[in-house]
Order: sequence, then C-alpha cells, then structure tokens
Amino acid sequence: MSALAFADPTFESQAAFRRIMRALSAPGTILACGEALAPPPPLARAAAATLLTLADFETPLWIAPSFPAAIGDYLAFHTGAPRAAAPDKAVFALVDLSADGLDLARFALGTAEYPDRSTTIVVQTASLDAGPRLRLTGPGVRGEAQLAVASLPADFAAQWAEIRAGFPLGVDLVFAADARLAALPRSTAIIEGAR
Amino acid sequence: MAARDSQPDPRIGRPEIEARRRAMALLARARRDELAGPVAARWPDHGARDLKPVETGLVMLRGRIGGDGAPFNLGEATVTRAVVELPTGERGFAHILGRDGETARLAAIADALWLREASRGGVEAAILAPIADRLAAETAKARAETAATRVDFFTLVRGEDAA
Repeated sequence: MSALAFADPTFESQAAFRRIMRALSAPGTILACGEALAPPPPLARAAAATLLTLADFETPLWIAPSFPAAIGDYLAFHTGAPRAAAPDKAVFALVDLSADGLDLARFALGTAEYPDRSTTIVVQTASLDAGPRLRLTGPGVRGEAQLAVASLPADFAAQWAEIRAGFPLGVDLVFAADARLAALPRSTAIIEGAR
Repeated sequence: MAARDSQPDPRIGRPEIEARRRAMALLARARRDELAGPVAARWPDHGARDLKPVETGLVMLRGRIGGDGAPFNLGEATVTRAVVELPTGERGFAHILGRDGETARLAAIADALWLREASRGGVEAAILAPIADRLAAETAKARAETAATRVDFFTLVRGEDAA
C-alpha cells in the first residue's frame, strides 16, 4: 500500500511552512515538524514534511542515491516535483548524512544576478543534538547558537566557510532528524575552533 | 505549463492511453447514481482507500475562437479531484466538475476497477456503457432541438442586378 501524505494538506502544510520559516530565521533552533506523517522508511518525518510543503511541479528535486526508489515515488506522487538530473540542477535536494555524506559544492549555488536560484538541501540525520557541536552566529542569532548534527563530515565547517566566501551565493540547509528540524541558512557563519 | 502546451505529450495516441482517456472522460461526466449503483452492486468489497484527501479547487479553462485561434483564458471552473488505491495496487484518478466529493471518489474507484484486468469488462458494461448511451442521447436531443430552429437564408434577386 502506498504511503499517505498530509491528511489535511492546506492546514498541515501551512503549519509545516511556519516551522520551516521559523527554523530558517532563527538558525540553530530545533522545532518539531511532521509529527503526524508516516512516510516510507527511511525518510524522516521532518524531511518528508519539508519537501511535501515546499516542493511542487516547478521545483526539480534531486534525491541522493542511497534512498530507495519508493522514496522518489512517494515524493513524486504527493508533490508532483520532477526529478533533477544532477544536484546542481535541483531546487531541492534530499540527502542522508549517514549514507551519502555532504559535498556542498556539488549543488547549485545560484548566480550573481539570481542568488536565489540555488539548491535548498534537506539533510536527514540521526540526531540534532548528539553530534559535534557547531557554534553559529549571524542574522537571527542573538550572540551565539549551537547545533550538534550527527554524522556531519569532518570538513563541514571548512566547506561552509568556502561557500560563505561567495555570499550572497550559497545553499541553505534544513536538517531533519525524525520529527524535528533545524536550519542553517547561507547567512549564518560557523565559528571555527568549536570542537 | 507553457512547455506542455507547445509540445504534446508523446504518450498521446498510444492505444492503451487512448482507452484510459476515453474511460476517464466518461467517468468525469458520470452522475452519482450511475456510479454508486453499479459499484455497490458488483464491487461492494472493493476496499479502495483515499491516497490523497478529496479536494475541491479551481482549474483555468482555456479556449480558442473557432477552434484554431490564439488560446485565451476563458474562466475558472470548480473541479473536485479524488485519488484512490485498491488493495491490489491499482491507482484510480478522477476529476469532476463541481464540488461533489463522493461522486469524484466513486469515479476514481471506477477508474481503478477499470485498470484491474479482472473487473475491466464489468466496468465497461455496467458503468461506462450506460454513461456513453446517456451522453449520446443528450447530444442527439440537443442536435435535434437545434435543428428544429434552423433558418435557411436565401437572397432574392435584387433589381439592380437584373440588368
């Protein structure tokens, strides 16, 4: 039997949108999202909620090869989003940190005229508070915030610094662990030497 | 959707696609009693469940003057959509004009039953054929009523031409 999406698409996607926007505007904040969903495994509920809310027929979606075909079918059926041929052609991407790693430079960073033509990457992981501690600062953060995403690649802070050198080009990340999400928008800086 | 307008879907014209289009077009114009009766009588244990909640929304209708003019937006129509799945895996889709969700769901169930080889013949005979007959009769009646009001114009020879 195929898995279902939001039971009440209008209100549940609006509620999820509100949480995603809150997470992006206050980097490091962990919010509950997608609690009522039951997507096919191994798709996390918060990752499913994010893509069901944001993706549609105009937003090519790239799904990392570690995900089984059922995940692609589920998202295609419920969102209508076409599959992007490559990560740098995608408006949204779905990545599993424990299986795929994360190479930010593979994704679309936008152009100087249109920095928004970049990839928003939904990064699925096991936990948002059991990994190496990241110290965050920037717009939306009072002083300093912390995020501890499990299974982040060792060179993530270096990758992030490199991408940030090209600001306003860049990517925005939404981390999802089961039914919780946090976000790392391109405006946020990672303070080095945190570990 | 501009790309879709300029490039017709390559699947259009394939026999199995055309057969499904014909079936779905008939189901889209079904009345509720034409669906509810046969479904309840012949497939009471179809076991279909909604894959997406039945939703009512608007679609933009496009028109062309005379059938070949430039396309323009004629107006919006209220449409109700249903998507169901049978326990055997067939997915039925239906769109109907108006806001009757139960009719849309029944039409989607009929579409799913049509997809299943074992019940296709039954759907054709019990559901699609009566709808096709009714539509044909309605079309013929409208044609006949229109034909009765037809006026054949003719021009008498006018004086200045008869030289």
